[in-house]
This record gives sequence, structure tokens and C-alpha cells, in this order.
Amino acid sequence: MMNDITHHLTDALLIAYSAGSLPEGFNLVVATHISMCDECRARMHEFDAVGGAVMEAEPPMGLSDGSFAATLAKIANTPKVEAAAPKAKSDLPVPLQDYVGGGLADIKWCKVGGGVRQAILKTDKSASVRLLHIPAGAQMPDHGHRGMELTLVLQGAFKDETDRFGAGDIEVASEDDHHQPVAEEGQDCICLAATDAPLRFNGWIPRIAQPFLRI
Amino acid sequence: MAWVTHLVAIRDNQDQSAFAEVFAHFAPRVKAFLMKSGANPDLAEDVSQDVMATLWRKAHMFDPSKANVSTWIFTIARNRRIDVLRKQRRPEPEDLTWGPEAEPDQEDVLALQQESAQLGEAIAALPDKQRELIVRAYYAELTHSEIADATGLPLGTIKSRIRLALDRLRHQLK
Repeated sequence: MMNDITHHLTDALLIAYSAGSLPEGFNLVVATHISMCDECRARMHEFDAVGGAVMEAEPPMGLSDGSFAATLAKIANTPKVEAAAPKAKSDLPVPLQDYVGGGLADIKWCKVGGGVRQAILKTDKSASVRLLHIPAGAQMPDHGHRGMELTLVLQGAFKDETDRFGAGDIEVASEDDHHQPVAEEGQDCICLAATDAPLRFNGWIPRIAQPFLRI
Repeated sequence: MAWVTHLVAIRDNQDQSAFAEVFAHFAPRVKAFLMKSGANPDLAEDVSQDVMATLWRKAHMFDPSKANVSTWIFTIARNRRIDVLRKQRRPEPEDLTWGPEAEPDQEDVLALQQESAQLGEAIAALPDKQRELIVRAYYAELTHSEIADATGLPLGTIKSRIRLALDRLRHQLK
């Protein structure tokens, strides 16, 4: 739990997360932020409540005659679900542990130039999501966006022309944003970033390399 | 305490008649919701049965201070829809550890029921066009950017309730 988070999820992202219409990679970033942010957790519960209200207001759709009996049969044929045992202490929030297969030490980093390392996480293809490791004081790649990009700080901080993003903060960048963030001095910055379109780099990595790096 | 006592009877006594009543009320609504979200009638009915079976099996995990019954059923139905219709994994936030007191505060439970009822009434009272937008978002008919660009989304109505949820969460975390 962190109390100094200043950059939160937008209402639109929370509604789409609650409705279940986001790409898997975005869901991962949203779930990880909520794991770190009580305020957005409370907002998520509220947007889930809207979903419950929408569903309950539906004009009921008739079920077939045997439906209740079929449900009882399904219950009889499956074991009771036990509450999941609490996971071992980790330096990563739970949703991320599942994708990394452990903690920070288990991340399989690849060098991408400029001292920056990345690890691509496997999700469905509707968005791509990766971890970024940027040395303290180093520049993050200068890129414009197509589509939308979410960047969640897990460790350290980065700054761009207008803002500072520390641990737990999420940057929601759209097509129109063009910025040149720099990792803050003092500690390397680790981020979780998802985009629903390939990033467009300006001179940092030749465009031709992009398909191979899957960024 | 709409439906909470039913869930408690299912959880503590495996009460089948309480389950039958919950089923009669919610299963046809879950089916309708799934059909509006793109499932054909057979699939929607099959998934509705799965949702209600999950409710029975997970009744011991239901926490009436965090969600009311319709919210909880909605989240089960939504997750099942993502699983079956979109064939996607659904990352969920880390559970909070609530400390040694596992039994929810009755005051919180009651407050949540009242707020949920008010939220339902507030949504029902919206002008058609605004309600339509909300409903389409929850049928997963709108993409994230369509939601972000939508004008006339009645977030004020929702946000007035959000303040209460925040206060309650802070109270619980003390």
C-alpha cells in the first residue's frame, strides 16, 4: 500500500476494466496499479457496483425448464473452491508475479541499447506489455505514440517535461503526447508499460529493428 | 439486506431453497446480460449455469462489506465472459489482507447495501441516452477510447457514490 501516489487511473480505464473490454496487457497494468493504490481499488469496487446494477436491471431472459437441475448437477460434479493460499512475500504485486513467474530477480531482461533493458511479457496480441529497466539518470527512448500507452512505475521515478512519476504512479499517454522522459537520479527506474500499437521511435533504435524487438 | 441473508444461508447451511431463490432472480438476468454482450442463447444459458454454480461453490468467499450480491454475481459473470467469449486471461488485483478481524462490520455491510440500492435507482433515473451509454460500456460494446471520448457519460452520478466507497475503505483499513 502506498500513500503518495498522485497519478491515477482514468475513469474510462476503470470502466473498461470493470466491463471487461480492455486488452489483456492493459488489464495487467490496471490490476497491478490497483494492487498498489487504495484509491483506485475503491473506485474499481464502485464501477463493479455499476456493472451489478446494470445487470440486475436487465429484463430477465427465460431459462429452459431443466436449467436449475442442470446447475445442481454442475455443482455436484465439481469440488468446492478453497480460498487461495496467500502467496509468498514478493517484491512484485501479485498480478505481475503470475506473468513474470516470481519476483524482480526472476525477470529475464534483454538489453535494448542506451543501458535500457526490457522484458516482454506474454499476453494475447491485442496489446503488448513489457517491463523496462532504465538506469538512474538515463533518458528513456524518445517516442511518439500510435494508439495508447500505459506506464506504471514499480521502482524509482521518471520525469518528463511537465510531471514526475514515482512508484505506483501511472502515466496514461495518448496519441497526441510526445515526450522525453528521464529516469530520476539515485535509483534505477523499473516500469511496466503496455501499448495497443507499436511504438514509433525517433532515432533511438532503427525502425527496421522494431519487428525483432517486438516493441 | 437484499440477498445477503440468502448468501449466508448458502454459505453456512448449504441451503438449497435459498439458492433456488437466488437462481430464480439472478440466472435469467445473467443470461440476458450475456446475450447482450454477444453470446448466443444456448451459450448464455450454459454460462449462466456456470456462474450460479460458481456462486454456490465460492459462497464462503463472499464478503458483504466489499460487494453486494448483484455486484459479486456481475464480477463472476464478467470474468466467465472474458474466459469463454474472449478466451483471455483476466489479471486481478492483489487481495488486501484485512488483519485478524475476518468478520465484516455490520455497519459497513448495511451502508454498502444502501449505497448499492441508491446507485441502482440513480442509474434507472438517468435520461435514456445517458443510461444507454453506461449499459453499452458494460456490455463491452464500447472500447476504452470510445468510453474516454463519449460525451454525456453521467460520471457525476457514479462519482458521488465513489466518495462513499472511498471513505468506507479508509475506515476498514484503519
